[in-house]
Amino acid sequence: MLETKDILETIGMIQNECLDVRTITMGISLMDCADSDISRVCDKIYDKICRKAEKLVKTGEDISCEYGIPIINKRVSVTPIANVLASCGGDPIKIAYALQKAANTVGIDFLGGYSALVQKGFSAGDIELINSIPQALSETSNICSSINIGSTKAGINMDAVALMGKIIRQTAELTADRDCIGAAKLVVFCNAPDDNPFMAGAFHGMGEADTVINVGVSGPGVVRAAVAKYPNATISEIADVIKRTAYKITRTGQLVGTEASKRLGVPFGIVDLSLAPTPAIGDSVAHILEEMGLETCGGYGTTACLAMLNDAVKKGGVMASSRVGGLSGAFIPVSEDAGMISAAERGILTLQKLEAMTAVCSVGLDMIAIPGDTSADIISGIIADEAAIGMVNSKTTAVRIIPAIGKKQGDTLNFGGLLGYCPIMKVNEGSPMKFISRGGQIPAPMQALKN
Amino acid sequence: MKKAVVTVIGKDMVGILAKVSGKCAEYNANVIEVTQSVMQELFTMVMLIDITNINDEFANMVKNMKEMGEKENLQIHVMHEDIFNVMHKI
Repeated sequence: MLETKDILETIGMIQNECLDVRTITMGISLMDCADSDISRVCDKIYDKICRKAEKLVKTGEDISCEYGIPIINKRVSVTPIANVLASCGGDPIKIAYALQKAANTVGIDFLGGYSALVQKGFSAGDIELINSIPQALSETSNICSSINIGSTKAGINMDAVALMGKIIRQTAELTADRDCIGAAKLVVFCNAPDDNPFMAGAFHGMGEADTVINVGVSGPGVVRAAVAKYPNATISEIADVIKRTAYKITRTGQLVGTEASKRLGVPFGIVDLSLAPTPAIGDSVAHILEEMGLETCGGYGTTACLAMLNDAVKKGGVMASSRVGGLSGAFIPVSEDAGMISAAERGILTLQKLEAMTAVCSVGLDMIAIPGDTSADIISGIIADEAAIGMVNSKTTAVRIIPAIGKKQGDTLNFGGLLGYCPIMKVNEGSPMKFISRGGQIPAPMQALKN
Repeated sequence: MKKAVVTVIGKDMVGILAKVSGKCAEYNANVIEVTQSVMQELFTMVMLIDITNINDEFANMVKNMKEMGEKENLQIHVMHEDIFNVMHKI
């Protein structure tokens, strides 16, 4: 029998501590939409997404109502569009429009997969797709794009790194009138996972089933509240508290995923164990670190606290779910986290510290605004550094930075909604131009040779 | 049997139990178990109900209960019991 205390704890997590399931993401393969004619490809894509995801939003809302757990976003991820484009050639922007039309029809929040995987070189469709990203992201509203430029197995494609620096700038420039929001929907990866339900990096990997349901949980507020109950505990006791809490959070994701999969008749893919913050008060990863005993997130001790948090979340979560995947860890997107925003505004959280933090948690430099006059070379340098951390540590790293066109350090960008707002942070201005312009490939590290 | 948990939290007053159980009867939901406590005027009630044979969509019942709660200045949640089971049982 359920105990009153447990029931009230669950209600408290949802009501007061912002417990939610961040997203149900349906992964849809578009490999069967290949055709030699791009118009037919667009029609097939639109039809397939609408057919498969027709009931996704309604099902999400029903589950949310029945179990009393908020499900914030309903999303779709698709096969990297560059792979579909390879079959037909032509202007990829047409496919971007078809995707947006499908997103509108099924009523989802985001659609990810305007992507290319180029870690070891460019194949048919890759360059065309990458070059179309600025226009695609400025002329659509719900489409997200991701490019994988490196991996532990392949090394880092420095030609792609150089290109992406320029593309990020152009994307920001084309959406300068909307706080450069285009760049907030574009992420550059090293070791991109195939089954990630979170945006902007979600795409449906090549080894996946035709259609799957992936779920991303959230719940930084719940973890913070749990830690707050033990002001005098040792850090090993805190690790244990976080594990227990992560277990409970993940169980909700597992339940929602299983139920959605059953109702939609689609196989259940994975639960992504990430702690995903929102700009709402009480939903911050930075505040967990501060609850552990840091005066401000970004000060010394931050990397250690984050490493422990990230590990404990995985240990608790992995037992709670039959299938774990995606990014699974703590996210540190600056603009989406009230504690990170405040620490960055005070200058305590810097880009250098964030880079160190990315070595021990999931993802990377995420939702960071940089001065509008930052050159493409410097952006490429930032990407190369992040990719190197991911490549050598066999983990996913990513860069989602927003050059704030026409603005400078200390100004603010405001995206609204889940994407939040952020102060423009200082960037080290030493130029990596020569290094970036060399091009070529950073060879795969020794870590790749495991066989 | 499909079961749901009704929780009611708010300031204690006459007739809360009657109102909530009346609403359950209206939807043909059978009350299986009730626990309640009053601590410093804060009323907390947890009710386990059988929703196998309810006469309307469960979603409507959830909405209706919530609205009734808002009118009376009470927080009323009706949630499928599995959410609690998965969270608190290994």
